[in-house]
Parts: sequence; C-alpha cells; structure tokens
Amino acid sequence: MTANFAPPILSWRAIAVWRRNLLVWRKRSIPTILGNLADPMIYMFGLGYGLGGLLPAALPAFGGGSYIAFLATGTVCASTMNTASFEALYAAFSRMHDQKTWEGIINAPMALDDVVFGELLWAAAKASLSGIAILIVIWALGLTSSPLALWAIPVIFLTGLAFAAPGLIFTALAPSYDFFMYYFTLFITPMTFLSGVFFPLDRLPEGMQMLSQVLPLTHAVALIRPLLFGQVPELPLLHVGVLIVITVFCHWIAVALTRRRLLS
Amino acid sequence: MATPLEVIDLRKRYGGREVVAGVSFALQKGECFGLLGPNGAGKTTTLRCCLGLTVPDSGSITMVGEPVPQRAREARLRVGIVPQFDNLDPDFSAAENLLVFGRYFGLDDATIRTRIPRLLEFAGLTSKAAVKIPQLSGGMKRRLTLARALVNDPDLLVLDEPTTGLDPQARRLIWDRLQGLLAEGKTILLTTHFMEEAERLCQRLAIMDEGRIIAEGLPQTLIAQHISVSPSSLRPANLEDVFLKLTGHELRD
Ligand SMILES: Nc1ncnc2c1ncn2[C@@H]1O[C@H](COP(=O)(O)OP(=O)(O)OP(=O)(O)O)[C@@H](O)[C@H]1O
Ligand SMILES: [Mg+2]
Repeated sequence: MTANFAPPILSWRAIAVWRRNLLVWRKRSIPTILGNLADPMIYMFGLGYGLGGLLPAALPAFGGGSYIAFLATGTVCASTMNTASFEALYAAFSRMHDQKTWEGIINAPMALDDVVFGELLWAAAKASLSGIAILIVIWALGLTSSPLALWAIPVIFLTGLAFAAPGLIFTALAPSYDFFMYYFTLFITPMTFLSGVFFPLDRLPEGMQMLSQVLPLTHAVALIRPLLFGQVPELPLLHVGVLIVITVFCHWIAVALTRRRLLS
Repeated sequence: MATPLEVIDLRKRYGGREVVAGVSFALQKGECFGLLGPNGAGKTTTLRCCLGLTVPDSGSITMVGEPVPQRAREARLRVGIVPQFDNLDPDFSAAENLLVFGRYFGLDDATIRTRIPRLLEFAGLTSKAAVKIPQLSGGMKRRLTLARALVNDPDLLVLDEPTTGLDPQARRLIWDRLQGLLAEGKTILLTTHFMEEAERLCQRLAIMDEGRIIAEGLPQTLIAQHISVSPSSLRPANLEDVFLKLTGHELRD
C-alpha cells in the first residue's frame, strides 16, 4: 500500500496520452471551443454590462477601470478553472471508468504514472485554450492592450495545472459521476465568489479574506488581473509558488490514489 | 536469450482470501503454455501479476528478462497482451486504435502505418478499418484486440481467453493465426475454457484450482496419468475428462 504513495515518475511518455486526447478532440474541436466560450461570455457580458451599467464608469475598487474590464480579467481565471476541473473530473473519469481507456493504455509499455501525468497536461492545455479564448475577446474589445498581457498565457497554463491536479484526485476516488456535484458545489462554485473574480476581496468579511488566501483561484486572479491591466503583479513569486505547490502535491496524491484504484 | 517468463511462488490475497496461493511455472521460448481452471481459479489474477498490472503480495516474476513489477513497463515493450475483457478505445476506429496503441510503444507513425494493413488482414477486419469500436460486434472486437497485441511485434503473447465470444469460424481463424505466430518463434501464454483449444495449441498445460497449480504437463501425459479408463465407451479419454476429474463436477464460485 505504501508503495502506491511513492513519488510519481514523470516521463515524456505522457505525451502519448496527451496526443491521444488531442486526436479525439480534433474531431469535434469547433463545437467544444464554442461551448467552452459561450458560458463565460454570457456571464461576462450579462454581469459586466448589466451590473456594470449601474456603476460609475471608473471605480478605484475595480483598479480604476470599468466593471466589465475587472470582471473580464477574473473570467479568464474562472473559465480556466472550470475547463480544467471539468476535463479532470467528468472527461477523465469517463476515460478511466466507462471506456477503460486507461486500462488499455497500461497494456502497452506505459505506467499509470504516465497516464495520470498525460491527463494532467491535457486538462491544463485544454483549460489554457478556454482562458486564452477569453483573453482574445478581451483584447478585441480593447479592454487590454499591454504587452504584459502575454505573460498571462503561462500563468493560465499553470492555473490549469493547479485545478486539474485536485480534480484528478477526485476522479481517482469517485464511485460515480454524482460524486463530482459535491466537488463543484462545495469547492468550485464558492471559490468563484471568494477569489475576487466578481468583486474585490476587500468586500469580504475578514475571516473570509483569510480563507480566500488559501484558495488557488485567488492566486491566479492576483497574477492575471494586474498583467492584463498592464501592471506587474505584487508578490508574483508567492502566487506562482502557491500554484506550483498545489499542482505538485495534488498530482502526487492523484497518482497514488489512481495506482491504488487500478493496480490492486 | 532470456526465459520468456518465470514465476516463483506467486501469492495474492483479496480481502482475507488467497486467490493465488503459491504458483510457480516457467515458459520455454517458442512454446504455447496453457493455464486452465474453473471460474475464479485465479488465472486472470496470475496473468495480471505477471504483466505488472496487479501488485502481488509475494513471489518473484521475471518476464522477458526483466523483474516484475519493478521493470514491468520495460518488459511490456516486448510483450503483447489480450486482456480477458476488451479495452479497445471507443473514441477511435479500428485502424486508429492500432495507430494510437502503437504510439504508446514509442513507435513512429510511419512504422505503425505500414503495419496496420497487415494487422487488420490478420484479424480479418480489413473492411472494418474505418469503423468505430462501438459499431463492431463482440467477436470483431476480440479479433482487433489480438491484432492490437501484435502492433509491437512482441516476443511473448499473454492471452486471457482470446477466443471467448468468437464463433467457430473466427475461433478457427485465431487458432490458425496463433499457430502461425508459434511457427515464427513467438512464445504464448494463454488461458482458455475450451479444451479443444488447449489440446490443439498448447505444448504444455497447467490446471489451476483455488489459487494453486494442481497438475502440469503435456496434454497427452495428463490424460494418460489421470484417466485410466475412458468415462465413455464411445470415445477415447480427453482433456475435459482430466479437467472434470481434477476440479470436480460442482459449479465453482
Ligand atoms: N480486484 C479484485 N478484488 C477482489 N477480488 C478479486 C479481484 N480480482 C479477482 N478477485 C477474486 O479472485 C478470484 C480469482 O479471480 P480471477 O479473475 O483471477 O479468476 P479466473 O481464474 O480468471 O476466473 P475466470 O475463468 O472466471 O476468468 C475470484 O474469486 C475473484 O472474485
Ligand atoms: Mg479470468
């Protein structure tokens, strides 16, 4: 049993799993891109213009810009989070549980570590695509113009990793799809409200502000929003460090639990 | 040339029950070794341990010269696997399954693509190359799984009930193909519930029951050893008589 918790072995072989998922995705890429984009856009424009219209044009609380610019920068992070979570939960679970794809892969000279690592990289890549899609919309609307915004791209990928990894833990534990509803209602949805996506963190009661500091989405927003506004984030290494630690720790646990589930 | 597979005192427990209870056997290069036994005897568990897909509690396994489970992944580079239950990738067509599976071996696309037509031909699935897995019949999937196991041109084939679910024509096709592979010098370890299959293909057999190997030898020797008088005056004694004598007439599980 303790052998299951040996550190994951990382290998470039994981790319074969990544490519497998890419090959499937390419067959239906257009509908998925549109699907991934539609939901955050509805929120962004609905709230941004609807709610934003009630507010003065430039508020200090929103970084001196419009509410829609504030919300749009948060939406990049939230959308990345949602796509990474969805991919690491529902899509990965379907491959592992219903399709037995992971069992098939380890009939080849691939370790389960390679499979989980490949799924992690895949979910992060797919999440990056939805984050970047919103980035492009923001840019097209003229809400961002600074070259610093390009730095948001690696941060989006890191955000994808930091949400894919805990998602894969839940996938390794899940008895069925119903289990994932808890993950979304107890973890993902509250986090969206506690991480500064919709409104600044200083609006929260003090206890909540403390809580928000341990949430990965808070750190993603703290990096991506200033970058899109053309500013250098405060304490960038701290935020990057938190996202890396979450990724490494959760990936380790996910690999261990998947080994326990499939190799027993 | 390393022994294809050597297993010494393999043990595996599920819950409180030892489902593999001290199994030892070794394969010789170029032979077909059959593992027979009633449902639940521990055949699949034994095979999965050999392949590094289940971690055993104790025992030593060496497959194509590599210690398992420590270097199971490296060992699988030279092994072809047909699991008891198909796990073809339902997101892909028959040909794409072979392509994607070949990539897991680190083979380049050009190499795999030259092998695909031969593999499909081997499985009698040339006309189904572009058909998605969910649209294939059970027997077609089984044959494709066998073709998939050959994508890396393996030295050792580990086949868990390769012909279960096949019609008699398809079964004969597979027997024919397996004999061809043996003639090429490949080694085969297989489990089966078809005594005719075991008698035709296997040079040596082991009969397993309740986690233990209770008899091992050449099919003809086993028959001569265990059956002195044929249970039916209408035919000579066969392997099924040995199987039933050793493992009883009661339903298992
Ligand atoms: N993952 C598992 N968890 C718990 N018990 C298991 C597990 N896998 C197998 N077993 C038990 O181990 C025993 C041996 O199973 P195994 O699949 O190895 O038998 P088998 O000889 O392959 O049978 P069959 O001919 O029906 O395929 C059975 O009693 C089975 O219930
Ligand atoms: Mg079995």
